[in-house]
Amino acid sequence: MIEALVRLGAGSLGATATTGRAGMFLWRLLAQLPASVRRPGGVVRQLYNLGVLSLIIILVSGLFVGMVLGLQGYNTLVDFGAEGSLGTLVGLSLVRELGPVMSALLFAGRAGSALTAEIGLMKATEQLSALEMMAVDPFPRVLAPRWLAGFIAMPLLAVVFSAVGILGGYLVGVELLGVDAGSYWTNLRTSVDFYDDLLNGVIKSVVFGAVVCWVALFQGYDCVPTAEGVGRATTRTVVMASLGVLGFDFLLTALMYGEVG
Amino acid sequence: MVAKQTPDMANHIEVRGLRYLRGRRVIFDGVDLDIPRGRITAVMGPSGSGKTTLLKLISGQLRPAAGSIRVDGQEVVRMDRQALYRLRRSMGMLFQSGALLTDLDVFDNVAYPVREHANLPEPMVRSLVLMKLEAVGLRGARELMSSELSGGMARRVALARAIALDPSIVLYDEPFTGQDPISMGILMRLIQSLNRTLNLTSLLVSHDIKEACRIAHYGYVIADGQVIGQGSPEELRHSTEPRLEQFLRGEPDGPVQFHYPAAEYAEDLLGPIDD
Repeated sequence: MIEALVRLGAGSLGATATTGRAGMFLWRLLAQLPASVRRPGGVVRQLYNLGVLSLIIILVSGLFVGMVLGLQGYNTLVDFGAEGSLGTLVGLSLVRELGPVMSALLFAGRAGSALTAEIGLMKATEQLSALEMMAVDPFPRVLAPRWLAGFIAMPLLAVVFSAVGILGGYLVGVELLGVDAGSYWTNLRTSVDFYDDLLNGVIKSVVFGAVVCWVALFQGYDCVPTAEGVGRATTRTVVMASLGVLGFDFLLTALMYGEVG
Repeated sequence: MVAKQTPDMANHIEVRGLRYLRGRRVIFDGVDLDIPRGRITAVMGPSGSGKTTLLKLISGQLRPAAGSIRVDGQEVVRMDRQALYRLRRSMGMLFQSGALLTDLDVFDNVAYPVREHANLPEPMVRSLVLMKLEAVGLRGARELMSSELSGGMARRVALARAIALDPSIVLYDEPFTGQDPISMGILMRLIQSLNRTLNLTSLLVSHDIKEACRIAHYGYVIADGQVIGQGSPEELRHSTEPRLEQFLRGEPDGPVQFHYPAAEYAEDLLGPIDD
């Protein structure tokens, strides 16, 4: 009994300490953002690593998610003779929810794990210590540019995901199942609002990008500097970033669409 | 016993009453060290005795639980980040792994601290980097990536980077570990010649006793969180302290036992034995 209490206490202390370190880490990232903006070269390089290299998985996933939405939506709507509203269903689902959330989950798996592994390896091979010893703060030079690039890339990837998804829905709904192309596009255009839907989706993506990259960078920076430690940190990144995305999605949806309670 | 000093050879680094704990494990308990200016000082000790930790404490990467660490008369323990960065500009460190930045080539690795701190025009940076690379014999390897370098070459590039800003102190973390005899000979010669020509204060930690004693002017041996011996390499060799003798002669058994503490062997194999 006492042992269990001791373990619980030690676990709670450990979790509190980690949360504190993560908070301090976020504070230092925020403080160093202006410095990384002044050196755009590093941010552009990371935009390539995080954004461009994630494009393939985003394009393919977006296309398939859109095609599945088209198929499932058609099968449901056709029972009510409302297959002309397929554009509305596909558009709203993607722009409001699936685009930002799915692309953030994929981003956590593809770019978040890569970020953790990269920073963890820099720690394990003493590159971060070497920077510190050269009197170079790794926050403005290494960490903040990656964070900034993450939340620039994330909304762009989400927009690409939604756009390709809408195209996928069109391919299945219009080209394969015979929904009228005019009603698909017209319903899509009239029901998807720029501010309420598109902009809110983009705001969600920015938050998701910041959360995923914060978790990924912190896990890499805070990992045990061994091969095993880096591996564990990479796994933790994918789990925690994904849970973070889903948690923030509920919070933001409740705030934006306000229909809870 | 304190390192012998003459008026023109004041201590560059002074450590007093150093206490450092990792979790509940005591790494250092009341360690005093004097690192004389312009000399090569070796800190030796068995694996896990905290040699690398000592370098991290001196460079302010770690904070001790108690004690004082003075570099050039400045107290490192109480320095904030900015003051530490100012101090580190006069300090170079050769990491055990080299710690080269993997996304940069040899030239850019050596140029990195210069570009960060010196604000020099690019042609001057080029000349400076080529001079440093020439000093370590790798001017021709400037375009290689760090993944294309052998372990010895990586350490020489890291040495060129460590001296890029003309520091007054260079800290060497296990510079000879894992090196073939040729690379080891090159590194030893480099450490000696750089120390002499640049009038550096060199502090190297190593468990390669022979090599460290060949180039060091003064040595400390640490074990069990304390300094168990110090003196010139000759004095260390003639020490009669049992732990020091075991370490310097590489004997498998002695005060540091070969066997990890365990129950009686026969009892472990056969179970409890009744008398």
